[in-house]
Amino acid sequence: METVTITMKNPPALYLEADNVSPDAFAGKTAAQIGDLHVYEGNVTSTLGKYFEISGNAGATAADTKIVVKGDVKKVKYLGFKMSAGELVVEGSTDQYAGGWMTGGKMLVKGNVEAFAGTAMKGGELTIEGNAGNYLGAAYRGDWRGMTGGKILVKGNAGSDIGMYMLGGEMIINGNVDVHVCTHAEGGKVIIKGNAKTKIGGQMVDGTIFVFGTIDVMMPGFKPAGEVDMEVDGIKGKFAHYIGDTGERHKKKKGQIIYGNLYKKI
Amino acid sequence: MSEYIIKNGNVFDPVQGIRGDKADVAIKDGKIVDKVGSGAKVIDAKGKTVMAGAVEIHAHIAGPKINMGRIYRPEDKLFTCTPTKGIERMGGGASIPTTFKTGYEYAKMGYTTAMEAAMPPLFSRHVHEEIRDTPIIDEGAYPVFGNNWFVLEYLKNQEIENTAAYCAWLLRVTKGYAIKLVNPGGTEAWAWGLNCLSVNDPVPYFDITPAEIIKGLIEANEYLGLPHSMHIHPNNLGNPGCYETTLDTLRLAEGYKAKNKFGREQVMHLTHSQFHSYGGTNWGDFESKAKEITDYVNKNKNITIDTGNVTLDETTTMTADGPFEHHLTGLNHLKWANIDVEVETGSGVVPYIYSPSISVCAIQWAIGLEIALMMKDPMRCYITTDHPNAGPFTRYPRVIKWLMSAKAREAQINAFKHKDKVLSQTSIGTLDREISLYELAQMTRAGPAKSLGLSGMCGGLKPGMDADIAVYNFNPDKPVANPEDIEKAFTRCAHVFKCGVEVITNGELISNGNKRTLWVNAKVKDNPQVMRDINEKFLKYYSMTQANYEALGHHFVPNPYALEVDATQV
Ligand SMILES: [Zn+2]
Repeated sequence: METVTITMKNPPALYLEADNVSPDAFAGKTAAQIGDLHVYEGNVTSTLGKYFEISGNAGATAADTKIVVKGDVKKVKYLGFKMSAGELVVEGSTDQYAGGWMTGGKMLVKGNVEAFAGTAMKGGELTIEGNAGNYLGAAYRGDWRGMTGGKILVKGNAGSDIGMYMLGGEMIINGNVDVHVCTHAEGGKVIIKGNAKTKIGGQMVDGTIFVFGTIDVMMPGFKPAGEVDMEVDGIKGKFAHYIGDTGERHKKKKGQIIYGNLYKKI
Repeated sequence: MSEYIIKNGNVFDPVQGIRGDKADVAIKDGKIVDKVGSGAKVIDAKGKTVMAGAVEIHAHIAGPKINMGRIYRPEDKLFTCTPTKGIERMGGGASIPTTFKTGYEYAKMGYTTAMEAAMPPLFSRHVHEEIRDTPIIDEGAYPVFGNNWFVLEYLKNQEIENTAAYCAWLLRVTKGYAIKLVNPGGTEAWAWGLNCLSVNDPVPYFDITPAEIIKGLIEANEYLGLPHSMHIHPNNLGNPGCYETTLDTLRLAEGYKAKNKFGREQVMHLTHSQFHSYGGTNWGDFESKAKEITDYVNKNKNITIDTGNVTLDETTTMTADGPFEHHLTGLNHLKWANIDVEVETGSGVVPYIYSPSISVCAIQWAIGLEIALMMKDPMRCYITTDHPNAGPFTRYPRVIKWLMSAKAREAQINAFKHKDKVLSQTSIGTLDREISLYELAQMTRAGPAKSLGLSGMCGGLKPGMDADIAVYNFNPDKPVANPEDIEKAFTRCAHVFKCGVEVITNGELISNGNKRTLWVNAKVKDNPQVMRDINEKFLKYYSMTQANYEALGHHFVPNPYALEVDATQV
């Protein structure tokens, strides 16, 4: 595997849309060619090389390419956009849409990410060592197709509206989350190791949420369905099971109505 | 203005009966002329296809429901934006493109005139602002009349003269082009939570039937002698078995003859026939009735139709047929917007994915093509996608490919997940007709122009007509190696002229032209009763005053082109 290191040298005045920072876009290119890839700063189209110092050449394919992003990229959006293979490591924090629409490979952010990380993600692994913003693994604005596959791990906290319109895949939040979890979800699994606030599973059609900590206010559309002993992400425990959202439409499978599931650790 | 001569192209012009002959087309002062001077700029069209600019007879491209779609579908712009480039402004959107992108895309495909198919009169100002911001192409808009309280009340008492006077007034104040009906009576019934699924279902409160509305508006249209005929989206759209309602609707035109000075011969235009040609009793036994519909239209020469081809894309459905959109959101569970327009009409918007792996969608695809292939007279059948309802207009080149190549159709049929169902529920597999370039020019130029009463102005290359010309990178003398070449050639023109101005060269925009708004100024005898009724309704029901209603002046209609109609002597 070849490694390309890009280091922020000339920070943008506006936010930078860097939808070409992915093993797929870099594959088969030399450092110079990578520097010529486009980025947008406001309504001006520019090149990656204007902002970043680039060292190392990419591998022949995305799978053979690792990218390391150094320096202050808090004002850079779309890192890892649509990546399908290979690796991407961001040493600091980054802005919105990190790992958005990714289909494979591994992306690691050592700092925090802003909103919309893992938007409409289909596959691969996205790990955030710090905190995640709002709309993690959600659908794009207006869309009804959120995360459908892959895995997101947040070691810190996450914001509000995570897993909105989630259809598949898995999300683990080691810390706490803000309001609205899995709104409109029709599949997938979200594990919250910390505390949750309100509107958990609102208008949820299908899918599963686990909360290890507290829930401030339960949705009135969820009703108790007993207690179960389970092992979740390697942790054994007793969980209170709720099904919902009973105010929403639900599919039927073999004559049985399929509900969304909410498990709260007792 | 500059002179041009387009030399040595293969010309297809049904207006003059030219079938691919090598000929020159000369342009002077915005018009097509017999000859030009030696200083004329030469466009080499050797080995290329030359046609008049295409004419769109039915698309939803300007106004509040399109904007509703744009507002509530930001995802339609995801990955479809194009940045500013030269004189081309930024654009975005796939099924509901921005106004600028709409103008550019039509022009790049060789379209130079387009009709917005449903203008809510109350929002005509909004419609005209969007038309104004859609560059290059000439546009008109059809106000909707089929659920309008004035029309329902006058027609209940069979007052054709009053209906005509009201229609003339509304066309004038909204700068409208034609009389459009959408689910006549049904959208008004929807305001009461009901619908009209047959032509005999009474409209609540008004106690009138769709059949009476349809016949009355045909009569009012011919009383006025408008350029276009009554243009109808019938009741019961999109339901299995709806073809019977469609046949009942078509039969209402029997006995009527066109009366106008524009050369139009039909009294009824049936739009997006694909959505109205369904048999079966449910989505399981859903089948094509394209044969029954086209058999009827083939025999009855006072009707024209357009196809409404399904393009197998993700799109945004939008119609003044409010109850249908509510029905659709119940089927696909995607987001629904509903709009009521006081006194006049309503509408709904729902995204839709025509998936090739769903048998109903594949059958709908086949029905649209069957209609075009079963219609004997291409001068009476026009290609549309009812943009964006059955697919975006930007897919016309793909529809043309399917119509011109049986091989391309076969490839698509083989790619369907439920191929057997498509073959058993339709007769698409038995049709080997391939539309010729001459027939294509009839279906996209001469035919729609004639149906719209514009045959003296556009849709042909006869000297004296507007110099609206499209040159395609398509050599009709060479066999088509790959059907994809057809789609490619019709996607981006080599040259496009709009009223003698070269607007597109090699698929790129070089001028924004001088777009016009087409509207119909129909004069009628003084009618104090109708004027009193209008005054009263504004005082009693409308939330705005008459003074704020009219679309007028440079802001809304900066470059008008009025077709004058005089019905004062009727
Ligand atoms: Zn329509």
